[in-house]
Amino acid sequence: MAGALSPGDRVRVREDFPLGHIRTPVYVRGKEGVVTRVFGSFPNPEVLALGRDGLPKKTLYEVCFKQSELWPDYNGPEADTLLIDIYEHWLSKV
Amino acid sequence: MHDHDHDHGHHHHDHSHDHDHDHAAVVQPHAPPAKDEKIHSYHQVLGLALKELLIEKGVFTPDEIRKAIEWRDSITPAMGAKIVARAWSDSAYKKRLLANGTAAVKEFDHDMGALHLVVVENTPQVHNMIVCTLCSCYPRAILGLPPPWYKSREYRSRAVREPRKVLREFGTVLPENVEVRVHDSTADMRYLVLPMRPPGTEKLSEAELAELVTRDSMVGVSLPEAP
Amino acid sequence: MRGSHDLGGLPAGTIDKEPHDMTFWEKQIDAMNTLLAQKGLRRTDENRRYVEMLSDDAYNTLSYYERWTAALARQMIDKGVLTQDEIDAKVAAIRERLGEDAG
Repeated sequence: MAGALSPGDRVRVREDFPLGHIRTPVYVRGKEGVVTRVFGSFPNPEVLALGRDGLPKKTLYEVCFKQSELWPDYNGPEADTLLIDIYEHWLSKV
Repeated sequence: MHDHDHDHGHHHHDHSHDHDHDHAAVVQPHAPPAKDEKIHSYHQVLGLALKELLIEKGVFTPDEIRKAIEWRDSITPAMGAKIVARAWSDSAYKKRLLANGTAAVKEFDHDMGALHLVVVENTPQVHNMIVCTLCSCYPRAILGLPPPWYKSREYRSRAVREPRKVLREFGTVLPENVEVRVHDSTADMRYLVLPMRPPGTEKLSEAELAELVTRDSMVGVSLPEAP
Repeated sequence: MRGSHDLGGLPAGTIDKEPHDMTFWEKQIDAMNTLLAQKGLRRTDENRRYVEMLSDDAYNTLSYYERWTAALARQMIDKGVLTQDEIDAKVAAIRERLGEDAG
């Protein structure tokens, strides 16, 4: 897994398919983007969903993707982006 | 104080609801296909059953439910409109709002609780649009209850993949040189779009500015009203 | 492979923009869910997980708040707050009550 990430870091989203309460949608898995914000640390929702305390906290990042890289048929300008909040354990530095 | 929703025409609080809840519940206004009728009817009754049982078990009281419903009836986009109008009028506030939305709304005595407010600014170069593809996270304390379309599978599926087509369905067309930036709200951040201040509004007061700010413009599917 | 709820990017039709005020029933379900979280009896994340565990068929057939209702029933049973027998009996009683009044 990644060490701490910073805005500007290029990251790749892990391409795994665990069942359970996952807040990383399928459409970004395996994709590359850039960290744009560091939101801080929060209890892990995947574990909160089991009724547990979700500790230790995980760092949450805002990651920016180019729409043209997310969708093969994206019908819009190259500049269009998608931003999404992803937890550290789903990201690795490229 | 009960401010009215700024969306034209549509959103009004329906106080004519029959408060004989049990009867009203099983008449679903937006009827599903006949073959699923029994499934829907079962779930309507199930909802009532759970309420009654949980009250009997002392999990909550009828009064708590009533108050919670009253709160839902009371929330509107007025808080959002006030915040936007303040940001339009006061550049120092706007800076604080963009830096830390949660702290900035405390200046209006609004507490985000366990959630965090992130305000994203529309500019001539960037148009922001908010969605929650996984469920329907929405800053309801600031914008009121989310509209059904925001929770729909159609919006959740398409907003991330073909945002400009979705925007056109809302009557919003953006030039190709404006970046459309979609935010998928997947964690505890709640997003509010700060629309661009319409031209010709220089002389308006904050209260008059707030009248121009529609809920849809704060979700990012349309632009605010012109004066 | 995606969960039934993981809709981002799937093909879908026109968006129905009708405002449809929330029904009283829907507000009750919504209120119950918030109260349970406020009382620390169950986290919002757990509610989401239970909704996500609905089959594709259930997820696509049930309306938004019907999904929450199904999820709530399941959670209350799993947590030992209610039993299926109690729920079934209450459902029957309510149906009888509604049937009588309509009669």
